Amino acid sequence: MGNYFQEEIECAPIEKIKALQDELLPKQVRYVWENVPYYRKKMEAHGVTPEDIKSTADLYKLPFMSKADLRDAYPYGLLAVPLKDCVRIHSTSGTTGKRVIIFYTQEDIDLWNDCTARAIVAAGGTKEDVCQVAYGYGLFTGGAGLDGGSHKVGCLTVPMSSGNTERQIMFIMDLQATIICCTPSYAAYIGETFKEMGYKPEDIPLKAGIFGAEAWSEEMRRDIEKTLGIKAYDIYGLTEISGPGVAFECSEQKGMHINEDHFLAEIIDPDTGEVLPEGTQGELVFTALDKKAFPLIRYRTRDICTLTREKCSCGRTHVRMTKPKGRSDDMLIIRGVNVFPSQIETVLMNNGYAANYQIIVGRINNTDTFEVKVEMTPDMFTDNVGEVQARRKVLEDGLRAMLGIKAKVTLVAPKSITRSEGKAVRVIDNRKI
Amino acid sequence: MSVNQVSVFLENKPGTLNKMTEVLASHNINIRALSLAETSEFGIVRILVNDVFEATNILRENNLIAILTPVLAYEIEDKAGDLNSLLEKFTAANVNIEYMYAFAGKTRAYMIFRVNDTKKAEALLNSKGLKSLTQEEISAV
Ligand SMILES: [Zn+2]
Repeated sequence: MGNYFQEEIECAPIEKIKALQDELLPKQVRYVWENVPYYRKKMEAHGVTPEDIKSTADLYKLPFMSKADLRDAYPYGLLAVPLKDCVRIHSTSGTTGKRVIIFYTQEDIDLWNDCTARAIVAAGGTKEDVCQVAYGYGLFTGGAGLDGGSHKVGCLTVPMSSGNTERQIMFIMDLQATIICCTPSYAAYIGETFKEMGYKPEDIPLKAGIFGAEAWSEEMRRDIEKTLGIKAYDIYGLTEISGPGVAFECSEQKGMHINEDHFLAEIIDPDTGEVLPEGTQGELVFTALDKKAFPLIRYRTRDICTLTREKCSCGRTHVRMTKPKGRSDDMLIIRGVNVFPSQIETVLMNNGYAANYQIIVGRINNTDTFEVKVEMTPDMFTDNVGEVQARRKVLEDGLRAMLGIKAKVTLVAPKSITRSEGKAVRVIDNRKI
Repeated sequence: MSVNQVSVFLENKPGTLNKMTEVLASHNINIRALSLAETSEFGIVRILVNDVFEATNILRENNLIAILTPVLAYEIEDKAGDLNSLLEKFTAANVNIEYMYAFAGKTRAYMIFRVNDTKKAEALLNSKGLKSLTQEEISAV
């Protein structure tokens, strides 16, 4: 089981991790108080000062941060160091409103790379491996995050970025890549393409995949594992906190270990903000304990999951989180299945469409109807009817794989989706229940 | 030389085709030939116009999806049997036609072909003695 990148901390006794967090949190709170006026104002309004935070037991006293704060403070309002000390940005669009920019010092990048390195090693990665990174490179944290971890581990890193599936396959075969990192839906697509090209799972040199950045089901995991002949590992993260690698799956595949030496996790009631006991489902909240440039405290992820401290047989002691069920605020139940608009968005983006869509739910003869209108883009349009239909079918298949239920995809003209006050209306629920 | 056709995505509902013609008319763009392919949900309009770049730009400005597609244009006599002899050359050159449409000029007729590999098809047809029209030639018709 000895697949650790930093065994001493990954397998540290729980008391030691707690002690480290108790030491880091008060320091970090004082750090943001002194360096980020936005935080100081927010804490003052909340009636709390750094003196009130003596250990993690005082964490509940601090105000929450949300995406709205990030937008209010855009672009520099939450920056805790001079710009000259920053070495990189990443950015996330989110479903609503404008982009958010996250800044990194070299230290921030190093600790983030350690986290993704832990994930790669947990998936069996060593310096002997050829690690193909098929996450998008660029503003998105996926490519850079896994790339950095792969370097730390000493894998031969193949920086493919996403797309151009035939070239991906050529490199996997020619370089005998053993690890692939990408979104699960892209992994499924690569698997399908391998199959179409006549490869059997045993012909494919890959042995492990690290997949994240979107919601995926256990069925999808089994499918990918079967078609690629690999073990598929989940990885979790969000750009606001650093990127992928905030938590990662070990060989047990029973939840993701949160890197608690850097990220302090809580579960709260999304409606009341009350901290919930271990094992209860609720909204995941993170505090970055030692980030320098963009140190978020009690950041509400909107992800719904459960934490457990039950002993994991991999030997790691860090708390485990279940796969997030999606964002708390916009879940729909269609034909008895939970559907999150973010899942639909993910499928669209992974298939080359923009996230301009509208979900229309209705009910005919006691059965829910489920239609997704998708705005056509110049990139996805051709003059060939069959080709456009085939691409529409790929979307329908992708949605089905992601959601487990069938949706009808209708392609509509650009900018035709209803907008109210500039914001697209994402869901129209015509069911009268 | 292939010719640029403007291909436009239209939702299959009342008024969408008219919206496109309205945009083109208001910019004085003349449609020389038009062909429409439709499914129950959407349609694809293929047009030859006098100014392809202007047409594409203004269609896009008006939130329509418009792309340029290379097609081959051939001139034939406007008389019986001429289309047949043209198509015989396609068969002889083993060129597969994805779709085609036509328009008639004052004395001659013009056939527009969409093929899979335009450059290759053009060369093959050229070797059979068929010379495709250039963008300038088709505009001058
Ligand atoms: Zn474990």
